[in-house]
Amino acid sequence: MDWTWFHKFGSPPHVYRLAGLLTPWFAWPAALLILGALYGGLVLAPPDYQQGDGFRIIYVHAPSAWLAVMIYAVMATAAGVGLIWRMKVAHAVAASCAGVGAWFTVVSLLTGMLWGKPMWGTYWVWDPRLTAQLILLFLYLGFMGLRASIDDVSRADRASAVLALVGVVNLPIIRYSVEWWNSIHQAPSVMKMDRPSMPFDMLAPLLAMLLGFSLYFGAVLLIRLRAEILRRERNASWIREELT
Amino acid sequence: MTPRQRRVTLVVGILVGVSAAVALAVRAMNENVMFFFDPTQVASGEAPIDKRFRLGGMVRPGTVVREPGTLEMRFVVTDFQKDVSVKYSGIVPDLFRENQGVVAHGRLGADGTFVADEILAKHDENYMPPEVARAIKEKHGGVMPVNPDVRSVPRT
Repeated sequence: MDWTWFHKFGSPPHVYRLAGLLTPWFAWPAALLILGALYGGLVLAPPDYQQGDGFRIIYVHAPSAWLAVMIYAVMATAAGVGLIWRMKVAHAVAASCAGVGAWFTVVSLLTGMLWGKPMWGTYWVWDPRLTAQLILLFLYLGFMGLRASIDDVSRADRASAVLALVGVVNLPIIRYSVEWWNSIHQAPSVMKMDRPSMPFDMLAPLLAMLLGFSLYFGAVLLIRLRAEILRRERNASWIREELT
Repeated sequence: MTPRQRRVTLVVGILVGVSAAVALAVRAMNENVMFFFDPTQVASGEAPIDKRFRLGGMVRPGTVVREPGTLEMRFVVTDFQKDVSVKYSGIVPDLFRENQGVVAHGRLGADGTFVADEILAKHDENYMPPEVARAIKEKHGGVMPVNPDVRSVPRT
């Protein structure tokens, strides 16, 4: 089998140029989808029979929570690839993921608290789902903190990659916490094998928002990856050629 | 073994080792991870009935009694197998209603009544507009079924 296409991803100049070319293909659809989904979710979708208009926070909360988990999966995969194939670009991808994932985790926690107060009667409880999501935030922060504390880039790459892999165990715990244990958090409405527990005009904006957030993450990842490559390769000659 | 194979072993080893460790830890602490106990667990003695704990289940329809002029109230929490009656004084969240999930924090009294000092509502995963909810309720004799098909009723 011809692996040239894979090995090309190990070349920083190639990835730098590719990321620049791809960014608008993620950014523009993301902007359109998020705007459309906001209109669909806040205006077109009917209110819920119990929560009224309060349910609409789901259009930010659920996609943020999904992204928080998905970004961690991407980050850990990149870290694992970097560890196994000694691929610097993969480590750069992992490093670029962490900040975005941490912010999505914060957004999911904050929107959940805002919804929890009127609906459950409390901002926060030490429930399995909520606690696991908080641990996810600490994993992101730990990953970033560990990287920042080691000056040597390749040592920081390897140490933080091991931490990222250790944290993978938290992802199935987040997903299945509401099924394994009694939890105050409701079971999944959409991400399940059964039919969604939501009619189409509520569901469509939610899925559009999920796709929009994912593309937004793609665009931000590409931009951050370019910055990360520039920082790592700042002494390389190709950068001088690229920027002049 | 080549160096790369060794690194693959390392990565797989981390994933397997940490998963096994966490799985064992979680199994050992299973009781503490439970956010609440249902009435069946209370009846079978699995709940820590000598301490404060959380009781969770559905509010049995027709059992909510409010003391006029006070915040006192009584209702029955059920998991459709066992019932526990609950006494509470205070304000309940918006989503507290009959046939909805509820989590009560408190102690089990000597007479078998659970005295709660905090009531949280548990929302289920079903979302639907009011007219669909009305139609589903009508089809099921005025009661919301536990797992309604939110798409089964045509919108009017």
